[in-house]
Amino acid sequence: MIGLEHYLTLAAMLFVLSIAGIIVNRRNLILILMCIELMLLAVNFNFIAFSRYLGDETGQIFVFFILTVAAAEAAIGLAILVVLFRNKRSIAVQELNALKG
Amino acid sequence: MNLMDYVVAAPEITLLGLICFVLIADLFIDDENRVRTFWISILALGTMLLVLNAIVPDARSVIFSGSYVSDPLSQILKIAAVIFVAIAFLYSRDYLRANEIHKGEFYLLGLIGLLGMMIMMSANSMLTMYLGLETLALSMYALVAIDRNNATSAESAMKYFILGAIASGCLLYGISWIYGVTGSLEFHEMSAAITADPSLNSLPLWFGLAFLIVGIGFKFGAVPFHMWLPDVYQGARTPVTLYIATAPKLAALALFLRILVDGLGGLHDTWAAMIMIIAVLSLLVGNFVAIAQTNIKRMLGYSTIAHVGFILLALFTGTKQGNAVALFYTLTYVVAAAGAFGMIILLSRRGYDAENLSDFRGLNARSPWFALMMMFLMFSMAGVPPFVGFFAKLNVISAVVDSGFTGLAVLMVLASVVGAYYYLRVIWYMYFEDAEDKAVLQASTDMRVVLSLNSVAVLALGIVPGWLLVRCIQILG
Repeated sequence: MIGLEHYLTLAAMLFVLSIAGIIVNRRNLILILMCIELMLLAVNFNFIAFSRYLGDETGQIFVFFILTVAAAEAAIGLAILVVLFRNKRSIAVQELNALKG
Repeated sequence: MNLMDYVVAAPEITLLGLICFVLIADLFIDDENRVRTFWISILALGTMLLVLNAIVPDARSVIFSGSYVSDPLSQILKIAAVIFVAIAFLYSRDYLRANEIHKGEFYLLGLIGLLGMMIMMSANSMLTMYLGLETLALSMYALVAIDRNNATSAESAMKYFILGAIASGCLLYGISWIYGVTGSLEFHEMSAAITADPSLNSLPLWFGLAFLIVGIGFKFGAVPFHMWLPDVYQGARTPVTLYIATAPKLAALALFLRILVDGLGGLHDTWAAMIMIIAVLSLLVGNFVAIAQTNIKRMLGYSTIAHVGFILLALFTGTKQGNAVALFYTLTYVVAAAGAFGMIILLSRRGYDAENLSDFRGLNARSPWFALMMMFLMFSMAGVPPFVGFFAKLNVISAVVDSGFTGLAVLMVLASVVGAYYYLRVIWYMYFEDAEDKAVLQASTDMRVVLSLNSVAVLALGIVPGWLLVRCIQILG
């Protein structure tokens, strides 16, 4: 029987995977954008699992809002990526070094 | 839901309508007349002040099935946010025009960001809070990248976007756990659930709380989640930095007070330790790293981190007095920050940004009046009496001492002394060194007047701090 803990474990694995993807990847900014999407999907997984477990719909409603915001976020991220590429002719992560932080 | 709900939420609804109006009106304005967009935006903000003053909430009114709250706290934060956005627009206008980035988008994104902040200030559930936060964050990412031909701006926008998205992800992951444990997204139901069943206060809830604090720490720019802040302050064009450095700090305070005090106040013992660690780190890292900076925007970025340390230490006490002085500190700090970035804009001109500390050399010879104004602002940030920064710091320190953390108070005083060094260095440059650049300051009359008023305000508030402090205590007491 698949219970709540299985869903939560899967969501935690996806979340850790997305964080690791952002930290390890040094080559391509598009991969980072994909990892950010994965992170939000992991959160959605958690919300739906809890919502089903609690028998409460608000968690599922939250998921719809997260999906919408994630789409807007991806649009802004890609727009910034285009601006960056026009200026630097590169989208490699290690090229982001003009600022010290 | 009834019709009265819409009256209570009138500020946000009006602002949304006005944003649509500015958006359409801007389409019919050509580039030479772009200043009209500015005036329409200022009119919109003036209307917002009228609307906010017309609807005075005496007590809490929770509407829209518990997702929106209107209370004196949201009222004062919203009025302050509207005023600071208007000030940011006014300071920015001539700079944007001179540097040929005077676009309607600047004002539009600024107004949309304001809408996000206002939603955060009135949020009563995690869903409302998240939507407000993202409305604000997405418009700020776009604002940072507004100068499309500037590689540094684009780079800082990308860094801000990636780190901001990770922070939102962590915040959401924390929210999902807290939702799972308490069974609700609404702050008061969460708080009631924790009081009703103390056994909920266990590992799963703490796990969610830790992720939540990562997200909140990021939005404040607290160490160790501060990496974006100096880069964005330096990389963004100065008007955008001015915008980011002022009103969103008020929204961050609302984020903290609504989630951790209203919603999870019952877990104070658990989150206080985490907040204390990040607050002390912010205080130390902010003050010490700021000394090494030569870029004044970056220096003010680290100084912001140090001030965030103070605000978080006031909030960490968890007392009503602590919350009230945190509100006082934030409101008065933002006045000084708006003035300081306004001063950088004042010294800049076409194709030249007064970004370096050395650009302030000999300001006294060029303009004794504005050198005096900058001295007021720096003294206030450093915490020299009788400027308002002194009273803000004093109140925070006394709140911390009253909660029994004398050691922390000593640390705060020492950190302030270290911090005074880099503020006083700016004053030294202005008064005791010769100017490399002797150009006459060019600024419109309205900017001169507002910037002077803004700087005199830190002195005036310092001489009569009582009324604002009493108001803050009334609101959160």
